[in-house]
Amino acid sequence: MTASVVAETEILASAKSPKRKRFRMENWWGVIWVLPSLLAVMLFVYGFIIWTARVSVSAWKGLTPDYTYVGAENFVNLASDRRFHIDITNTIIFTIVFVLGCLLIGLGLALLLDKGIRAEGFYRSLFLFPMAISFIVTGVVWRWLMNPAQGDRLSGLNLLFHNLGLDFLINRWYATPTWGIAAVAIAAVWQMSGYTMALYLAGLRAVPEALREAARVDGASEFQVYRRVVMPLLWPVTLSAVIILGHSSLKVFDLIIAMVGKQVALDVPAIYMWTTTFDGFFFGRGAAIGMVLLVSVAVLVIPYLWYSLRQDSEG
Amino acid sequence: MTAQTAGVHRSRKWVYIPLTMMALFYLLPMFVMLNTGFKSFEEVSLATMWELPSSLSLDNFTAAWEILSPNVWNSLKIVIPAATISSVLGSINGYVLSKWKFPGANIVFPVLLFGMFIPYQSILIPLVDVMSRIGLAGSIWGLILVHVIYGIPITTLIFRNYYAAVPDSLIEAATVDGAGIWQVYWRVLLPLSIPAFVVVYIWQFTSAWNDFLFAVLLTSTQNWPVTVALNNMAGSQIIAWNVQMAGSFLAAIPTLLIYIFLGRYFLRGMMTGALKE
Repeated sequence: MTASVVAETEILASAKSPKRKRFRMENWWGVIWVLPSLLAVMLFVYGFIIWTARVSVSAWKGLTPDYTYVGAENFVNLASDRRFHIDITNTIIFTIVFVLGCLLIGLGLALLLDKGIRAEGFYRSLFLFPMAISFIVTGVVWRWLMNPAQGDRLSGLNLLFHNLGLDFLINRWYATPTWGIAAVAIAAVWQMSGYTMALYLAGLRAVPEALREAARVDGASEFQVYRRVVMPLLWPVTLSAVIILGHSSLKVFDLIIAMVGKQVALDVPAIYMWTTTFDGFFFGRGAAIGMVLLVSVAVLVIPYLWYSLRQDSEG
Repeated sequence: MTAQTAGVHRSRKWVYIPLTMMALFYLLPMFVMLNTGFKSFEEVSLATMWELPSSLSLDNFTAAWEILSPNVWNSLKIVIPAATISSVLGSINGYVLSKWKFPGANIVFPVLLFGMFIPYQSILIPLVDVMSRIGLAGSIWGLILVHVIYGIPITTLIFRNYYAAVPDSLIEAATVDGAGIWQVYWRVLLPLSIPAFVVVYIWQFTSAWNDFLFAVLLTSTQNWPVTVALNNMAGSQIIAWNVQMAGSFLAAIPTLLIYIFLGRYFLRGMMTGALKE
């Protein structure tokens, strides 16, 4: 008797709010469904990060693991490592050329395409297709386009400049001392600027036409409409683009390997980590570089994630 | 609408000048790949790089294909299962995280997402260790597993955003009819999911096809996918640059085809990757 009353009230309650019922028991099925993925990510991302952190404070060099604790030694050594200094300089140059190049070209193209031109779809697809190609392919092709040979062995872009009478543009590309990495960044701009364009184009399309029209009615010139109305509304897009591009420039690896191989002059942390760990067996130092990279990326990405998700749940 | 039409009328022809110049810039590497690829061996020379071939020859493509074909095959054997498993997992995770929120689901999601941004240099050492301990180092299966696991964040994100747009009332109606979590997924969500599956599948296909870092670390020579083989070909002194160009084009064909035919879906995946919709 009592049991059936309880059952009945439960049925009533569940009929009134199926949502609450669903949140009670069935949700644990949900947990079971996502558990394999969750465990995999916990182990392969977070577990491995902790493991790497442990290696980064160990004396491990050579083929046999050695977890003797050495404190911050590997990090201290990096701070005075000439090669790591080159890496940082290269990363800074690469990031500036790459991020600025993508932003300027991406914004420029988006503004042009937003003018309501005829073959918009065609141009848009054309600017975006490099995104579908691997950095290895890009690197191999640009390595020949930017062939630094001079004199009668001129080829690639340099030869094209010569043929077009633009000899003043001829340069040694990635073989230029100090700034060589900027040539690699140009290839990266070729690959990723279309993506920036797509981000900006989506942002531009979200600016209500009525807002621009209102400004025009108030007597604003077309330039002023862009400066005062459109550009301020594009700030969030610029921020996303800077984070996405900036964090990928910290991780750049494939493109440099394919374009110029492993040269100290064109080294970056991601490549140094690779060579010192897997070619030189300095596991402690490699792990330390990995951790430095991780922290740099986290500083950029975590606030962005937090901001995006908070906006997500509010919207 | 009227404003839009007025815009077209006002648009100036000069817009096409910078657009076309930029189009040439984007096409330049494509042109060099194909122009060189179609030349005969006799005609190839760095000094005549910009001259068109006098007749079409497949010499370079044949030579590149001879070297790369086993690796193209390896790539397919890696990429197809990886993209398939990733899509299924992403769909399940996205479904649970958007429709069956359990306590803590709001913490789980960003924790998953961060995995998408990490520099893999911070996990490579343990990864090699674990893969060799479980006997998967060097094999195609190991690489598939790695692509699936590190693909979980992005695939979950795309599906979660997609399912978030499915009205909760639809799910509630099904639960009132007595459907459990699995039946709701199978009968209500899955039939609606085809566009999201396309987006995720081509996203994972493209990123696994284009991957180099994991492949070069985790596969032995006979299991190399095409990116590793191409890079190796480009680094060798023996293989002529013209064959490298043809090989680059061959390695790019599958993802280019996807882009040409399914570009819309590809773009959607990219936008979600930036946490934008």
